[in-house]
Amino acid sequence: MLFHSRSDLFQLSLTVNGKSVDREIVTHLRLLDFLRDELLLTGAKEVCGAGECGACTIIMDGQTVNSCLILAVEAHNRNIVTIEGLRDTTELTDLQQSFEHQHAVQCGYCIPGMVLTGEKLLERNSYPTRDEIKYELSGNICRCTGYHKIVDAIEKCSVTDETQIEHR
Amino acid sequence: MKVIGKDIQRVDGQSLVRGKPVFADDIKLKDVLHVKILHSPVAHAKILSMDTSKAEALDGVVAVFTHHNFKPHYYTTAGQGYPEPGPRDIRILDSTVRFVGDRVAFVAAETIAIAEKALDLIIVEYEELPCIFDAQKSMTAGFALHPKAGTSGIHDIDKNIAAHLEAELGDVEAALADSAHVFEGTYSTPFVQMAHIEPHISLTWLDNNNRLVIRTSTQVPHHVRRIVAEVLDIPVSRIRVIKPRIGGGFGGKQEILNEELVGAVTLKTGRPARIEYTREEELFAARVRHPERVTFRLGFDTNQLLTAIDLNILEDCGAYGPHALTVMSVTSQKALSMYKAPNIRVNGDGVYTNLPIGGAYRGYGAPQAFFPLESLMDEAAEQLGVDPIELRLKNVFQVGDDIPIAKILGEGREGFPLVLYSTEIAACLNEGRELSNWDTLRAAKQTGRFRTGIGVAVAGQGSGIPGVDMGAAFIKMNEDASFNLQVGATDLGTGSDTALAQIAAEVLNVPVEKIIVYSSDTDMTPFDTGAYASSTTYISGSAVKKAAEACKAMILEQGKKLLQVETAEIVDTDVVGSNGQSISFSDICIKSFYTEEQAQIMGTASHLSYDSPPPFNATYAEVEVDTLTGTTRVVRIVSITDAGQIINPKMAEGQVEGGIPQALGMALTEFMPFDDKGRMLNLDFNSYHIYTARDMPELVVRFVDSHEPTGPYGAKAVAEIPINAPAPAVTNAIYNAVGVRIKHLPVQPEQILAEMDLK
Repeated sequence: MLFHSRSDLFQLSLTVNGKSVDREIVTHLRLLDFLRDELLLTGAKEVCGAGECGACTIIMDGQTVNSCLILAVEAHNRNIVTIEGLRDTTELTDLQQSFEHQHAVQCGYCIPGMVLTGEKLLERNSYPTRDEIKYELSGNICRCTGYHKIVDAIEKCSVTDETQIEHR
Repeated sequence: MKVIGKDIQRVDGQSLVRGKPVFADDIKLKDVLHVKILHSPVAHAKILSMDTSKAEALDGVVAVFTHHNFKPHYYTTAGQGYPEPGPRDIRILDSTVRFVGDRVAFVAAETIAIAEKALDLIIVEYEELPCIFDAQKSMTAGFALHPKAGTSGIHDIDKNIAAHLEAELGDVEAALADSAHVFEGTYSTPFVQMAHIEPHISLTWLDNNNRLVIRTSTQVPHHVRRIVAEVLDIPVSRIRVIKPRIGGGFGGKQEILNEELVGAVTLKTGRPARIEYTREEELFAARVRHPERVTFRLGFDTNQLLTAIDLNILEDCGAYGPHALTVMSVTSQKALSMYKAPNIRVNGDGVYTNLPIGGAYRGYGAPQAFFPLESLMDEAAEQLGVDPIELRLKNVFQVGDDIPIAKILGEGREGFPLVLYSTEIAACLNEGRELSNWDTLRAAKQTGRFRTGIGVAVAGQGSGIPGVDMGAAFIKMNEDASFNLQVGATDLGTGSDTALAQIAAEVLNVPVEKIIVYSSDTDMTPFDTGAYASSTTYISGSAVKKAAEACKAMILEQGKKLLQVETAEIVDTDVVGSNGQSISFSDICIKSFYTEEQAQIMGTASHLSYDSPPPFNATYAEVEVDTLTGTTRVVRIVSITDAGQIINPKMAEGQVEGGIPQALGMALTEFMPFDDKGRMLNLDFNSYHIYTARDMPELVVRFVDSHEPTGPYGAKAVAEIPINAPAPAVTNAIYNAVGVRIKHLPVQPEQILAEMDLK
């Protein structure tokens, strides 16, 4: 904790991807930097640093949030899920598979944010329309895909029976 | 074909949907120094003095660099072939700053916060100099923005002309004088941001042999190595450039933008260094699309056939001219490669101003060509009383035609002859006509507040730079009949690793999973000029095909030796001898490694082409103009492309679907306003508006059957072609809806409100 006095420090406790984490951090540390630099969870990306692009999306207590806009201290005693902890096995989620099958990924930089946003949408609404999907994704910027296949991926995943995904 | 033309899953898809640490900044270096740049707050000034003592005294600051730390050496930041076609007019740090965002100094510190604080502590005394924000006025300003001493390749320093080009075939003035109809129009295209969402990020460190390792988000690893070696005055052999996964580039990463800075820090301190541009820095201090003002004159005979095309270009290249010549060359090459006219002429000037630096951006001058050309063709069709589609069909180049501009205007020198071996532009236009409901929408009577219109535009691009772009590939075989494919080609998110794997798999009769792609690393992979100019599938793909064929030939030879036969053939993944015996690929490799006729089975190849077959596209845009507010909403885009044989249809569709919103952004939503001091005003994604999911129109994307005889398996390029036609298709649709001819992008609702003609 180079260059900081004791008063700048905070004893942070939180749950990240199902594991409890205790770290002494500087109070001005953003949650994004805590995840990337302290925990080496680099799936969340910094793209704009201003909450406009959604590349740093993570899930905090069940809500998608831009981790660049949140101080790590605000995550105290909270439950964080990142793209790395979306599933505790090596299997992909249905939506991750759907992203792959639909060729929704080009450069991939926005994809962790897109996947998490899509997962939360499908949790709330199993059968979103294309317009509802586009509305939900409006906080996640992609410059490669034109969003078309990302919307496809979410739309085609909006079924509960996994076997249907292959055939749609 | 087994894998070509199939929707093969991307070789890198799994890692990306899992958010694996594959990008430049996803590794953490021990004891890394964070590097920050002090950007000029003024558009043009001489630095009288700099006091860095307070910054250097700040706890945690390790090094501060100013122009005093470097010998005056001029180079170009353009990642292009060598010798570079453009001017050498930039220094790593200079005593004169030439735009708001120019580099003044840089700092290396223990944390980003300390580095930022140190920037505030550097005291700079500027003597402000007169500024030029208008390319036309720059030529007669009477003072030069660049010095004569040290620079090279600048066309006319006194007139601030970075680059000039002119070429003529036939006699344009005479032909226009004799033409039955002449149409003339002047159009302009704006500054546009590439807006790749991964910023420019570079990390450097010294390896165990004291070599400089550069891990950078680049499209041009081999050019990075060459240019950093030159700028830092160390041998190429001391540099290794690693291209990890890239988060988009679109040309923005065809630039050596900060690799030399972190390299300097690591060489001086011996410590790892890291730089990451903020979004704000990306917007005001990186690279942009060159604004161009283009005047076309088109002559037609009484049969509505073009007699002459006269093209005049004024390009604003900004403060430095890394791509000044070549972007303007592409504007003229592409504008003159679409329609057949016996007389053609181009005259262009790329001019310095005190504005951001023009770089490489998808389309590379071609969008600046097709917006004016296709707008004027639309106007000509109306005046001539002919259907705009018919007028285009009558005049486009046909198979077998010679495209003369290719020969007279190359990449900074004379070019190479180009014969058109494949074009399906007629099929593109005809299919689009059906899918867009052109005839119905064109005939529809419009009333009420919201007026619908439909417009069309066509465009071409190239497939690599003829006689310049070279790609190489190396393939080696493993015991289980898998293959390592090592290419210098650079997948920047396009999917080229997958496409190249498909080409290798097709040759070697194996599934794509058996091809392990590694791209690219200057220590490990062969040379490739890099991912630009739509070259990877066509050029690098051909290299991969040849390397795979060489590898396959060696498999056959080893098989024959092992079977002890004179003749044999490959059937699937077996070598079958004339005696009826056979041996599997896998057994051939195992024996070749360990027991008999020992050798590594491998193949290498390079590829260079003197052809650059144009892919073609026809785009139909349906728009809705709100006559109360003057705003335009794009309802539907139908984009039909001839890209030769498609290697992977879903990936190719993705290229087109992604190019369209970039083009629509240039047409409608992306805008870089500056204040009277040359400061860009909208420095975030909230105010620099790129398309979001909700802005997207309905997309209909199709490819027509096509085969390019010079391409790998018949393929042409697909990366840049979709970005050229949407803007003029939209503005032509606006004209169709409300009768307003848009000549300057982006479209201003105020202009529509002022000029609309509601019949």
